[in-house]
Amino acid sequence: MFKSYLLPIYLCLLGAAHAQHQVSGYIYNQENNIQSPLAGASVYWENSTSGTVSNDDGYFTLDHNPENTVLVVSYLGFKTIKLTSGFNKPIEVILIPDDAASLNEVTVLQRRKALQRAIFTPRNVSTIGSAELLKAACCNLSESFETNPSIDVNYADALTGTKQIQMLGLTSPYILFTQENIPNLRGSNQTFGLSFTPGTWVESIQITKGAGAVSSGYESISGQINAELIKPLTAPPLFINGFRSANGRTEVNLQGKYDLSSKWATSLFVHANKRSQITDNNNDGFLDAPLSEQLNVLSRLQYIDAEKGWVGFASFKALSDTKQIGQLSYAPGLHKFKSQYWGGELDTDKWEFNLKTGYVDPEIPYRSIGFQSAISRHKQSAYFGNKNYNVSYTSYFHHIVYQSILGNTLHKFKAGLQYMVDVYDETILTTHIKRNETNLGAFFEYNYDGIEGFNAIIGARVDHHNVMGTFVTPRVHLRHAFFDNKSILRLSAGEGRRIASIFAENQKFLGSQRKLFLAQPTEPMYGLLPERAWNFGLSWIQKATLMNRPFDFILDVYRTQFTNRVVVDWETPGAISFYNLDGKSHAQSIQLTVNTSLNDRIDLRFAYKTFDIKTDYRSGLKRVPLQAENRWFAFVGYGSVLEDGKQWRADATLHRVGRQRRVASFTTPSDFAAGFSLLSMQLTRQLSNQLSVYAGAENLLDVKQTDAVLSSDDPFGAAFDSSQLYAPVFGRMLYAGFRFNL
Amino acid sequence: MKIKLLIMLFFATAAVAQTQKENIEVRGNCDLCKKRIEKAALNTKGVKYASWTAETQQLTLIYNAKKTSAKSVAKNIAAVGHEADSIVATEEAYNALPACCMYKSVSAHGG
Repeated sequence: MFKSYLLPIYLCLLGAAHAQHQVSGYIYNQENNIQSPLAGASVYWENSTSGTVSNDDGYFTLDHNPENTVLVVSYLGFKTIKLTSGFNKPIEVILIPDDAASLNEVTVLQRRKALQRAIFTPRNVSTIGSAELLKAACCNLSESFETNPSIDVNYADALTGTKQIQMLGLTSPYILFTQENIPNLRGSNQTFGLSFTPGTWVESIQITKGAGAVSSGYESISGQINAELIKPLTAPPLFINGFRSANGRTEVNLQGKYDLSSKWATSLFVHANKRSQITDNNNDGFLDAPLSEQLNVLSRLQYIDAEKGWVGFASFKALSDTKQIGQLSYAPGLHKFKSQYWGGELDTDKWEFNLKTGYVDPEIPYRSIGFQSAISRHKQSAYFGNKNYNVSYTSYFHHIVYQSILGNTLHKFKAGLQYMVDVYDETILTTHIKRNETNLGAFFEYNYDGIEGFNAIIGARVDHHNVMGTFVTPRVHLRHAFFDNKSILRLSAGEGRRIASIFAENQKFLGSQRKLFLAQPTEPMYGLLPERAWNFGLSWIQKATLMNRPFDFILDVYRTQFTNRVVVDWETPGAISFYNLDGKSHAQSIQLTVNTSLNDRIDLRFAYKTFDIKTDYRSGLKRVPLQAENRWFAFVGYGSVLEDGKQWRADATLHRVGRQRRVASFTTPSDFAAGFSLLSMQLTRQLSNQLSVYAGAENLLDVKQTDAVLSSDDPFGAAFDSSQLYAPVFGRMLYAGFRFNL
Repeated sequence: MKIKLLIMLFFATAAVAQTQKENIEVRGNCDLCKKRIEKAALNTKGVKYASWTAETQQLTLIYNAKKTSAKSVAKNIAAVGHEADSIVATEEAYNALPACCMYKSVSAHGG
């Protein structure tokens, strides 16, 4: 650092001859005496409209006309440089941080790493960094995707306030969720699991579109989402966050860590949230959001010995969550299982323990071995009106992976074994169902790393499952870069399969008087076939410079084709049926994304998505209900100059959701619900390096679905249904909070 | 601890024999150079691993001593323009490098 601000700018003239009407060169940044190419730096002629942006190698070229005399090189967080001579030869500019003593790295990080698409891996992975996570002020994993156009957030039902996320037109059961690469939201956790990871615990999220890695399992069909939590060794010693929303939601996060030595560190995170305010903005006599309480604790121990090559983690998590839903006057003590008022309660207790160890021989850095082991237990007892659903779910997971090379590091491989046991004990209405699933899998993945140009990952796994039998899961990912890494083409194909936990995944039907139609509920897999699908994908990234600004154009085309599917049929009023697919089912999505920045302070992101999601029901081939055919997305983010730890940040996100098909009710035929727009905004004031305050609004346009609960005046009648939600129940929601860290 | 021992044993046996680890000095500046240097090294038959760092100007090599030597790796790197282990690149190869990799002019005031 010292030298970087003692030394001014280096300007060196290089020998290569160059055309006179153009100026070109390289932009570097220098920190801690390390020079690295600086991509995205603005280079322009003062008092002109002529300018460009440096590419990934820090390189730029720019037309040079006689009237252009002053060349300006700037990048957020670095000192702006003006040059007046030396244009006849390639220029080399080294930018130094704006104020070497301040936290400029944070600013740079935020600009460059908030939302990144991987450039070099064959898989279509985008990472949501910590800066991006701050933009969704509230509150847990299910709300961390609002500023990401690849993920759509849907409303699960009108009672529990749960959000459901989907990717490529398929909802969360078809997405594999992992936490630090351990499968996390499986089985009974599906519906509410996302709300069991507080947002402040999350360090980053990796979203993989399309077929996932074979090492993660056979279950990912439309994609994979991995959340990395904040690690004890890198966590701040103390972090406090408080949040309050106008609809009565209060959240508190206390996070502390303690370094036991340079190799050992431990952390304790505590999260509590509560909502005790009764709200009924749509005047249907039902709570718009449940009365709820959650206490969530995570304790971790981390070990790193870089010299010897050992790393290790031990984590323990415990959670207790309660929700009360239903009519405003419902009091559980007085009205439970009676027909005066309709209401329900959901109590969840969960704990999990996991261990991870890894070893890399410091002498042979390309070879490593890793071991993960996790045990979790999830217990939910719930009733919705007169219907009850209880489940206890215990899961064991053991995973060992070995990585090495074939010949040299251009050819890498990963091989391993995985053993999983899932034990379910469910009671739905009066039926008691026990399920016991075990699986032993072996996987092998070959990775060709061509350094430049072409990369490939080809993998397969063989699984032996006690119910599904023995089967092979192939996955292929290819990537090719063209034109100096300005264009990147990715292709992927892969199969996935899973056993649907139909009740846990479709709990919302309990919030209706729909009758359940299922032929053999107590048979293995509820008497249904495992779900199987192929996913094919194509992704094209084009980097360009237009009007002196960097543009990323991204086209994603993905199609999931089911061979077997458990069809969830809501088409008949007053009924819900589960049966095996007889015919066709597919989900196809096309997404066009544009990322750019208006200037050094303002980022812009636009996306358009169109979906074709159809399934053969018993009543014929239909669009899957409550799925928008078209979605539009716009985001604008602003960050002022960071000075003495002080900064203003503001962002706004607009989601336009197109029309959605609704199923028929007793009184209305199947029709289309009109589209709507959701606007959210947030303003953050960073007061110092330790303290920031924020305030914002969700659903500023105050969109509400008026008929969120059908037949709300007769909850014990056959037409009662809270499961057909397509828009927010809650109107405009204001919130404020603070963050403090040492 | 038993597992730890087993793992170490496994690594020890797998890593035996002719595998040699060595550092050589290679001149260059930026990420572009890094790619070129490592690619040239890995394209030498017998080289298993190559990692170059700009600050230290060191290339760490792991190779099969029966198949190649640090000298032949250095020759291949010099052939793509980077001075390696005191083997000087030809003027032609050096001049073909992109501007950011012109180590002769840049390193004079490299910091």
